[in-house]
Formats: sequence, structure tokens, C-alpha cells
Amino acid sequence: MPEKIIAGQTVTVDEEGYLQNPAQWNRDIAQEIASEMGIQLTDAHWKVIEFLRRDYQERGAVPGMRRLNKVAGIAIKDLYTLFPDGPIKKAARIAGCPKPTSCV
Amino acid sequence: MRELLILGAGTAGTMVANRLRRRLSPAEWRIRVVDSELRHFYQPGFLFLPFGIYRPNQVVRPKRRLIAAGVEVWEAAAERIDPEHRRVHLATGQELPYDILILATGTQPRPDQVEGMLGDDWGHRVFEFYTYEGAVRLAERLRNWAGGRLVVHISEMPIKCPVAPLEFAFLADWWLRRRGLRDRVELIYVTPLSGAFTKPVASRVLTDLLDHKRIQVVTDFAVARVDNERHALIGWDGREVPYDLLVTVPPNLGAAVIELSGLGDEMNYVPTDRHTLQAQGHSNIFVLGDATDLPTSKAGSVAHFEAEVLTENILAQIRGNPFPARFDGHANCFVETGFGKAILLDFNYRLEPVPGRFPLPWLGPMTLLGESRLNHWGKLAFEWVYWHWLLPGRSIPFVRAELSMAGKVIPAGVWTPETASSMSKR
Ligand SMILES: Cc1cc2nc3c(=O)[nH]c(=O)nc-3n(C[C@H](O)[C@H](O)[C@H](O)COP(=O)(O)OP(=O)(O)OC[C@H]3O[C@@H](n4cnc5c(N)ncnc54)[C@H](O)[C@@H]3O)c2cc1C
Repeated sequence: MPEKIIAGQTVTVDEEGYLQNPAQWNRDIAQEIASEMGIQLTDAHWKVIEFLRRDYQERGAVPGMRRLNKVAGIAIKDLYTLFPDGPIKKAARIAGCPKPTSCV
Repeated sequence: MRELLILGAGTAGTMVANRLRRRLSPAEWRIRVVDSELRHFYQPGFLFLPFGIYRPNQVVRPKRRLIAAGVEVWEAAAERIDPEHRRVHLATGQELPYDILILATGTQPRPDQVEGMLGDDWGHRVFEFYTYEGAVRLAERLRNWAGGRLVVHISEMPIKCPVAPLEFAFLADWWLRRRGLRDRVELIYVTPLSGAFTKPVASRVLTDLLDHKRIQVVTDFAVARVDNERHALIGWDGREVPYDLLVTVPPNLGAAVIELSGLGDEMNYVPTDRHTLQAQGHSNIFVLGDATDLPTSKAGSVAHFEAEVLTENILAQIRGNPFPARFDGHANCFVETGFGKAILLDFNYRLEPVPGRFPLPWLGPMTLLGESRLNHWGKLAFEWVYWHWLLPGRSIPFVRAELSMAGKVIPAGVWTPETASSMSKR
């Protein structure tokens, strides 16, 4: 796995830039990945990112849109405004979680 | 008298009731199954109904006849499970107590979950084949269809039998060719996934087939609504896919009784220990078949392998012994590819579908992850096997509950060894 320096920190990433170890993540890293994507992080973004991290740690899987909607109370429409095109993939990358894989 | 209660008498509930009845003394254990639907459907047959390959009466049988004498059948809907008092409330107002409860309530297609899916186009231009009624309606529509844009669509993952929509697209291509209509049809496959299938090695093989059959693929498509005026799927990202005929797989959700009892996740699937099949946090509740949240396919073959493991574990628990068996996520799926051929997939939690032979190493006779005529005959024979071996709760010769590594060609990096972290996830 390649290594990369993000916000002054050396982290392990996969070919698509997803962090391989959520423990290497910090808020500065999130800011830098987000601005690379052209996203300016607001409180609404952080709410999604923090839920993603907590849920990933508890369940070992990145939550999908239905879960964000039903459990965290975030409307799908808002997810697409915050993280245009592919909200779960983008938010997971910013949150330092691995690339989400859909269940079989 | 001790009580073993099973909710749902579909594929999983029927198999485990029949297995346990043979192994538990009728003097000590009463076995009851509860189901509100009187008909048992052979759901894999729904794929063949729209193309007239199966007749409707081939896929339905009365439920009761498939359940062993000595098992009490309750024709009612379970309304609420009360784990604290070990009781299940039925819609009829009755209450059933249990010492051991098995949840086998499956998953159901829910078109009401997508805005506009049940609009004016429903039953005219918008169809589904995940229910008996839906598949029969689609067969009628296809019989006199003159061609146009045929869109095959998955709303949301996970769904039961995740290869069925792909099979539908392959069979549609074959059926349209045979009827001389293929040149008048644009065939489009729309999926929320980033590729044809969830697993990389099989996805490559299936993508090649889609290409070869001139089926266009739209990936990463999350549907926001169905626009009945413009006859189009509208994605959350603003993309539009117009259709003349839409064959969709609506979101699949677990049973309402799971949600109402507070036992489910956001899709009403029960968080389940991936090896013991116990409901998390409830030592005397077990989960079987499509009702679980396990990271393997929701398929009849999976329910069958689980039922073997579960039977041994329940007997052990009753006797106070440690669980002897661990479920490994084993799934075995035939993928119809049209023109009398099929592909066979055999995989589990740790090994994705790879090439090889099945069930006997080198001899086969079936081919893994490659097209063959014999696989197609295997798929058709599965119907007989289903009624006569699976439902009565018999094991299939040469096919064990645990995935076999023999006879498989495993590319480097594809097999995931079990690590402490992958085990502690659940
Ligand atoms: C189109 C299609 C093609 C398929 N092809 C294949 C294939 O080729 N190979 C394969 O292995 N699998 C295939 N499957 C999947 C397979 O049919 C299912 O995985 C299998 O039936 C799961 O069994 P189950 O018992 O968990 O659920 P089901 O068989 O669906 O049974 C659930 C039962 O629970 C009952 N129930 C629900 N709620 C309640 C309640 N509140 N109270 C009482 N009862 C309730 C229902 O009435 C139902 O009888 C296919 C499915 C479809 C739709």
C-alpha cells in the first residue's frame, strides 16, 4: 500500500486515496482531503463525518445512505448537497474510513 | 413441554422445522411455525415466469404439505416479539410462548420506499419480478411488447439473490433475439453498485458478458424517484434514465414485525452473530435466511447451509454443550446467462467467487465462474432439488455446509485470512 503525506502526516492509503488505518486520521487531514475535492467543511459536513467514524468503529462497516437517514437523521437530499455526486464515497474518504463496499 | 417457535415458514423456516422435528423428541419439545401466507413460492422460478420458461403453477405449492407432521402450523401474522417475557403476539390477539425462537421472516420487496414507483406507470410501464403476482403481470406485458427502451434496475442494496437482475437482463437479451425483437430494443442495466457485481473477480466476468450482449450499464446510480410523466428514473445526483419498460427490483426490507419489536437495523435485518447465528444480545433467539444482517448473499442455498449449522447448534444448546458448528458464509448461486447456459458461483465470507470445478475437484462436472450448458441444467434441476431435498431438510450429496477450497483456482490476494479484527467486528 502506498504512503502519502497529508497535512504534514504520513498515512497509508489505497490506490484511490482512502486511508487504510482510521487511527492515522485527524481533523487537519480531513480538511485537506476535502479541499482537494473542492469541499469546504461546515458543521453540517462534520456531523456526517463524525457519525461515519463512530458507526464504522462500532460496526466495522461504512454506513449507507438509508442508515445515515434513519439513524443519524440526515436527509439524502442534504447529503448530495454536502458531498455532490457520490456522498458516501466522498464522506468516507474525508472521514478516513476505507472505501465502502456494498454487501453481497 | 418446552416450546420451539419459528416465525416464517418460507425456505428457511420450513427446512429448519423439518430438520429439528426429526432430532427433537416430540414428548419434550413442541415445534410451532407461524406464517400468514398459505402458499409456498419457489422464488428462483420467478425469474423464468416473465419469459414463459416456467408456468405459474410450477412455482406454488400449499405450505402445509411441505411441513412435517408433528409440527404445528399457525396461519397468522406475528405482530410483536417480546424477548423479555419470551412471547410472540399474533395479529389474531393470541400469544405464543417460547423457550427457543427462530426468526425466519425473510425480506420483502417494497416499491412504496421509492417516490413515484407506485405511480401511474406501475403495472403499465413499471414492473417487478420479485413477487409471484409481479412476475405473472410482467409475463403478460412482455407477451405483446413491441420493443423500445428496456431498463433493468436495482433500487438499493442489499437485495435477495443479488444476481437475479443480471440474469433477467441476460435472459431478456436471449428472449428478444429469439422473437426477432432485439434490434428494436435498447437494453440498459442500472445499478447502485460501481460494477456488474459486488465481488471483483466475478464482476469482471459478468461485465464482459454484458458487453458481449450489447447491454449498456449505468453504475453508481442511486434512485431518488420515478417520474411517471417523463417515464424516467431520476437519480439523486440529477442523472435521468428514460424507459419505455422498466423492470425494477424495489428496495428489499426485512419484515415489519422485526422493526416493531426493535430487533432490526435500518433495513429491518436482525444483527446476527456471523458464526453462531444467534441474534446479538439474545442467547435464545436465532436468525436464519434472508432475515439476518450477515455479509453474505441472501439466497436459498445460504439458508440451507445455515440450517445445517443451526440444527447442530440448537441441539447443543439444549444439551448444555458448546456450539459445535460455525457458519462460514457459504453461498452457491447459479447465474443464468441465456442461450441455455449458466455460470456457477461458490463463495463465503472470506473467499469471493473464483474459477474452478464443482462439486468434485477437477471432475466437476460443473464449472465455476465460467459459462456451461451443464450449469444451466443444474439451475433447472435446482427446482427438483428444492422441493425434494432442501425443504424436507436433507443434505445434498457431495455439497457440504462449509465451503470447500478443493477444485478452486484462487488468484493471489483474493482469499482473506481470518484476522482478529475481522472476527471482532461482530
Ligand atoms: C427472483 C428471485 C430469484 C431467486 N433465485 C435464487 C436462486 O437461483 N438460488 C437461490 O439460492 N436463491 C434464490 N432466491 C432467493 C431465495 O428465494 C431466498 O433467499 C429464500 O427464499 C430465503 O428464505 P427465507 O425463508 O429467509 O425467506 P422467505 O422464503 O421469503 O420466507 C419468509 C417467510 O416469512 C413469512 N413472514 C414474513 N413476515 C411474517 C410475519 N410477521 N408473521 C409470520 N410470517 C411472516 C412470509 O410469509 C414468508 O413465508 C431468489 C429470489 C428471488 C426473489
